Amino acid sequence: MAFEGLSDRLQETIKKIKGKGKVTEQDVKEMTREVRLALLEADVNFKVVKDFVKRVRERAIGQEVMESLTPGQQVIKVVKEELTELMGGDESKIAVAKRPPTVVMMVGLQGAGKTTTTGKLANLLRKNYNRKPLLAAADVYRPAAIQQLQTLGKQLDMPVHEEGTEENPVEIAKNAVAKAKEEHYDYVLVDTAGRLHIDGDLMGELQEIKEAVNPDEIFLVVDAMTGQDAVNVAESFDEQLDISGVLLTKLDGDTRGGAALSIKAVTGKPIKFAGMGEKLDQLETFHPERMASRILGM
Amino acid sequence: ARYRTVDEDFFEELEEVLISADVGVTTVMEMIEELEMEVKRRNVQEPQKVKEIISEKLVEIYYGDDEAADIEGLNENPDGLTIYLFVGVNGVGKTTTIGKLAHRLKSEGKNVTLAAGDTFRAGAIEQLEEWGKRVDVNVTKHNEGSDPAAVIYDGIQSAKSKNADVLICDTAGRLQNKVNLMNELSKVKRVIEREVPGAPHEVLLVLDATTGQNAMSQAKTFSEATDVSGIVLSKLDGTAKGGIVLAIRNELDIPVKLVGLGEKVTDLETFDAHAFVYGLFADMIEEYEDEEETL
Ligand SMILES: Nc1nc2c(ncn2[C@@H]2O[C@H](COP(=O)(O)OP(=O)(O)OP(=O)(O)O)[C@@H](O)[C@H]2O)c(=O)[nH]1
Ligand SMILES: Nc1nc2c(ncn2[C@@H]2O[C@H](COP(=O)(O)OP(=O)(O)OP(=O)(O)O)[C@@H](O)[C@H]2O)c(=O)[nH]1
Ligand SMILES: [K+]
Ligand SMILES: [Mg+2]
Ligand SMILES: [Mg+2]
Repeated sequence: MAFEGLSDRLQETIKKIKGKGKVTEQDVKEMTREVRLALLEADVNFKVVKDFVKRVRERAIGQEVMESLTPGQQVIKVVKEELTELMGGDESKIAVAKRPPTVVMMVGLQGAGKTTTTGKLANLLRKNYNRKPLLAAADVYRPAAIQQLQTLGKQLDMPVHEEGTEENPVEIAKNAVAKAKEEHYDYVLVDTAGRLHIDGDLMGELQEIKEAVNPDEIFLVVDAMTGQDAVNVAESFDEQLDISGVLLTKLDGDTRGGAALSIKAVTGKPIKFAGMGEKLDQLETFHPERMASRILGM
Repeated sequence: ARYRTVDEDFFEELEEVLISADVGVTTVMEMIEELEMEVKRRNVQEPQKVKEIISEKLVEIYYGDDEAADIEGLNENPDGLTIYLFVGVNGVGKTTTIGKLAHRLKSEGKNVTLAAGDTFRAGAIEQLEEWGKRVDVNVTKHNEGSDPAAVIYDGIQSAKSKNADVLICDTAGRLQNKVNLMNELSKVKRVIEREVPGAPHEVLLVLDATTGQNAMSQAKTFSEATDVSGIVLSKLDGTAKGGIVLAIRNELDIPVKLVGLGEKVTDLETFDAHAFVYGLFADMIEEYEDEEETL
């Protein structure tokens, strides 16, 4: 499969157009065909690709390109502009509650990186914003999930609120917030168990936690390697919880990460941070333009 | 579904359905061409028949030149300790699958033991220990941060001394572009090779069904490092279809051996190519059939 070859192919097509003094509709068609393939091989959802290609095609055969002195370059500019625009230009700010603590819920599929990112986010809040976070262990299902968060807490020298695996996650979250209020923590980061978006019971549990603690942020944690299913997952979590943002993990790999684009396109919610490794200081601000280039393999 | 007979629209929709199942656009375009030809050649019109042909053809593509029996089931050591090594990127389901597989092998009457080769991730050792308790098998472990190859070595000695039938080795998740971590994995495999001739009897790469085209890169690089013999496709209980394994099978010849269908100890099944292939486009066909009925 032409996984690696694609960016080359796209470059080829672009090179052809770049040199031209005049761009025909046929040229544009050819180019957008390659863009379509590039996006699909980067795991951008096929419906999102369809809309995107249509928009680019319209702009590329329009005046701004056809009457430009360097139409080839102009077309490429259009593609990148549209892609960056779609990725969103939001700044990666985290909410601050008027009255502390600010409550943050971490949700997502199994193995996406919620627990690790909970630790990273706490670290970032303390380091960059001088905040005092409390971690809350509300995953009572996965074997050793609590120990995992406790180990991270120890590494960070930060407290973890836990009540074992017999207590109800809703109660745990509530008690964590109460404790934070009493003991003057600025943030409560609630780690929840991984679950499928189609698991009615467990999605209901998240809704109950939401009602109980009234979070200021609900972050959907998404693995950057996710394929076409990313839209189903994101749409479904958003519908059921009205998420406030997305945290993308495992961007230190060699995936193109088209899922990011799909999620942004279907939910409209900003991608706030990107996980760049397993260590607790490897959480970075998300850069839409860089992501756009990466998806295109440019 | 807008179509009533099998026409261009039908194949266009099939193309979209396979792409959205993560089969990969290049593979899909090749497949559609073959399928279209086959359907034309046999001159079939009824969707029911076309459905059968597509299934048949996709299964054929999956098996290639191999006999089903040759690529199914887990390889075993006929005389002595069988060792399975689990590898894969972060969070795909290695540790969980090991727990489920241990349970399955145990209920087949085998004496199973585990080695906690993930000494890196927070809580990884405790997680495997918890699975060991659940399915009542022994777990060899060292402290967090210790050398994984040393744990595996001890696991082998312990398995030998206990006369165990099967040792299953867990390893830390790692992204395939981390060269030093992939070298570490090769080292673990060499220790196994050295201690038990012919082992490991399976190197199982766990792929998360929600993963897209990057799974191809995972399969390639993990194969280079550890000579992967089979795939476990996890998390097929969600809405993702895991179609990339078709392309992997085509390009790298690696078969799928097991399928993960949940987080419970019994949620592990043997891979069934027919069921899998049907699952890739079942929604479309069902939608189609509903339409037929209402006509
Ligand atoms: N390379 C890399 N690995 C990551 C990153 N974020 C998380 N991981 C790893 O991904 C795996 C899963 O992370 P977890 O934090 O356990 O994921 P989770 O969503 O809490 O998992 P569940 O609680 O089981 O649903 C672990 O091996 C983490 O070390 C990242 O940004 N880069
Ligand atoms: N729904 C579903 N969840 C699964 C399946 N297999 C594993 N999981 C879940 O996926 C998450 C990650 O599983 P692990 O077994 O920890 O994955 P891993 O590959 O060992 O992860 P690392 O060691 O961190 O790389 C856990 O929450 C598991 O319960 C499956 O087949 N279906
Ligand atoms: K994952
Ligand atoms: Mg977790
Ligand atoms: Mg593991």
